[in-house]
Amino acid sequence: MIALLKRNEAVWLFVHSPAAIIAAVIAIAIILGAAFAPWVALVDPYDLSSFSLFDGLLPPVWEDGANPKYLLGTDDQGRDMISSILYGARLSLFIGLAAMTIATVLGVSLGLAAGYYGGRFDAIVMRIADVQLALPAILTALLIDGIARGLLPADIQQELRVWVLTLAIALSLWVNFARTARASTLVQMNKDYVQAAIMMGQRPIRIMFVHIFPNILGPLLVIMTVDLASAILLEATLSFLGIGLPADSPSLGTLIRIGMQFLLSGEWWILWIPTLFLVALVVSINVLGDFLRDVFNPRLR
Amino acid sequence: MLTIKDLSVKFPSRFGDVTAIEDVDLKIRPGEIHGLVGESGAGKSTVGAAVIGLISTPGYIAKGEITLGDTDLRALTPEQAHAVRGDRISMIFQDPQTSLNPLMTVEDQLIETIQTHSAVSYAEAQNRAVDLLEEIGIKNAAERIKSYPHQFSGGMRQRVVIALALCTDPELIIADEPTTALDVAVQQQVLDLLRDLADRRNIAFLLITHDIGVIAQIADRVTVMRNGKTLESGETAQVLGHPQHPYTVALMDAVPPLDHKIPRFRLPVEDDIAVQSKTKGADAKAWLLAGEQTAPTGLSVNNLTMRFRGTRTSLWQKPDSFTALDDVSFTVRPGTIMGLVGESGSGKSTLARVLTGLLHPSAGEMTLGDANLPPAKQRSRHHPSRRLMQMVFQDPYSSLNARHKIGAILAEPLWLYGLVNDAKQRRALAMAMLDLVGMPADSIDKYPHQFSGGQRQRIAVARAILARPKFLICDEPTSALDVSIQAQVLNLLKDLQATFGLTILFITHNMSVARQMADDMIVLRNGKIEETGPSEALFSKPAAPYTRTLLKLTPKMPPEWRTA
Repeated sequence: MIALLKRNEAVWLFVHSPAAIIAAVIAIAIILGAAFAPWVALVDPYDLSSFSLFDGLLPPVWEDGANPKYLLGTDDQGRDMISSILYGARLSLFIGLAAMTIATVLGVSLGLAAGYYGGRFDAIVMRIADVQLALPAILTALLIDGIARGLLPADIQQELRVWVLTLAIALSLWVNFARTARASTLVQMNKDYVQAAIMMGQRPIRIMFVHIFPNILGPLLVIMTVDLASAILLEATLSFLGIGLPADSPSLGTLIRIGMQFLLSGEWWILWIPTLFLVALVVSINVLGDFLRDVFNPRLR
Repeated sequence: MLTIKDLSVKFPSRFGDVTAIEDVDLKIRPGEIHGLVGESGAGKSTVGAAVIGLISTPGYIAKGEITLGDTDLRALTPEQAHAVRGDRISMIFQDPQTSLNPLMTVEDQLIETIQTHSAVSYAEAQNRAVDLLEEIGIKNAAERIKSYPHQFSGGMRQRVVIALALCTDPELIIADEPTTALDVAVQQQVLDLLRDLADRRNIAFLLITHDIGVIAQIADRVTVMRNGKTLESGETAQVLGHPQHPYTVALMDAVPPLDHKIPRFRLPVEDDIAVQSKTKGADAKAWLLAGEQTAPTGLSVNNLTMRFRGTRTSLWQKPDSFTALDDVSFTVRPGTIMGLVGESGSGKSTLARVLTGLLHPSAGEMTLGDANLPPAKQRSRHHPSRRLMQMVFQDPYSSLNARHKIGAILAEPLWLYGLVNDAKQRRALAMAMLDLVGMPADSIDKYPHQFSGGQRQRIAVARAILARPKFLICDEPTSALDVSIQAQVLNLLKDLQATFGLTILFITHNMSVARQMADDMIVLRNGKIEETGPSEALFSKPAAPYTRTLLKLTPKMPPEWRTA
């Protein structure tokens, strides 16, 4: 077993990188906590009957006047902070992962095809990407949000909020994937194995996805982790600005926005705890991304 | 002068120290060109790096002595070593493209080097730089010196690199594969220059190369290395003419002679690559021979022209076009090997790409067997020539998909052309084919990076053959390989050609290799055919002056040296 682990380059590097191990532990703990929030959390922050206003504004346990039931205190509504954060992280992670997946599929397909076919198709796709890059992510999100508000009836709007947000984030992230996929594809196109496949008369779709795709996976995985962190941050930003998720189904960004009101009134934990949580999540994902980049790029070792 | 004794260099790794070179002994006298020859991984370059103190981290010298004159190079402090390195030892690298700074003029680079090592005025350094360029044979040195490296041709650039090495009037120059990236004509000029410098300036050279022809031509003494150990050392004529060590004998046997054609290369008995199994891929052979029983297929090309559009220099003018192939016509007789030789830029690879349908020709017609071979844009994915014509590429590191297992790579043609529809059968056939090309059957579940260059080229050949082709294009199939591996691959190609009645277009820049393979020959230069005809006639009585020049410039060995 140990011999097997030793043979695997990635495993060896991982075991010898304390930063990667710490980051992985934090990220996995948060992801597990978020995924199993309904079973782990003390109260359901969406269910108004599960908490009481009398428990409002309790500080964390190490401060005076705390209730040991609420380890990290409660907010003004009497919601347990830990529960809110776990449910919030659940939403944040879901939106982040969904946005990243949509952006990956869209960006990689377009980038691969642009690199493979070249010429006019390449030019059109990459110009669209350039235009997309010129629009700030927040503007794109606002635009889609506005269109959704205008087109959809009010009752559906609330249900689709999460998806509108996801789509907006995905649209501002796909360019990274398209550019990376295209650049890597161009490198692979010059390799003889691709030329051989074209020469043999293989189907373009097979050449792209069976031959080229596995060879450009490395850089794409790195972008995926980095962009997952970006997606989570973007969602937090949008929610913080009030164009994301509403206060009754708070994500991490919404929690931070609510906490802002208490910054100067002494109840610091309502702002700081979700903020630190978000930072820990994003930093650990980024550290893992850096680690992956090192694994895939032997020259940086 | 330079003495190396019991030198060992080790590289620590997480599996313990790896010994790169072990107990190497070497002596070079002033004015002597000492050839250090060996195949890739032999540790040649590590010896050079150890002498100049540039062993790449984390490598270290485990033991041994290196003395230059009276100076013990290992006892020096880093500052002293730095001074010695520039002053008394210089280095010439393989690739003149990367060893010159592209953003500095040649003059600036020379003057910088001269002033670093001796306290002279700018004007004096300038004079010395011009003198140096004249000495190494650059005409109009006073003007040319103002040019940037990219304004020189490859050979001229290597001369500039040599001039840089001469700036400090060194006692020893380490030349690491100085001519490997150059065409034969240029290689000859650079070798002559080295010889001249050794004789006139009494500089000692450590010439590191894998090319025995180069060694035979200019080295006074030679040391043969393998797996980090020196096997044999002595006068060049002695070592290469009457090799004592079995490895040197095998190495000499593997060198293709230019003056005669040998039916097969003699390979050492302990062939560490080819696995000689009892069945020798009988199943694969039977399957391949069971294909359609048609006569061998020839290929003819008429008035083929390929023009590339140049870069646009003005909005109003049409960009100049570059003609890579100019009215090329030839016929490959069915069942024979056509050798296509030419220097880099002669259009050899362009021709291969036009034939295989990767490039669309500007004009001309191609015929494969009896059928017209449509040009790239008209050749559909299902055209029969896609299967009948296969190609073996130069670089076996890029021609196999690194993320696919060998089994998948070999099954691809069988599946793609509908030759075998059952996955289990495909796998069995792929294994038999591996056997046929001399690879162990368990290779099938490995990835390409687990194999050496020669083994990968065998796999590439196996993939091409599994399509049951009639016509095979080999584009420099052995130029990335060591000479002994080259001999194995050439033998393999000869065997397969004879067994399956293949017609082969064999592209190479190496006249000696062409002589060993080709029945007929084409000599290509700047996209035009200089000479074509039966190979024996062309080699014994070349008609075109260019062919004669190429033959003259190819490094050869005295005929009495050959043991084969």
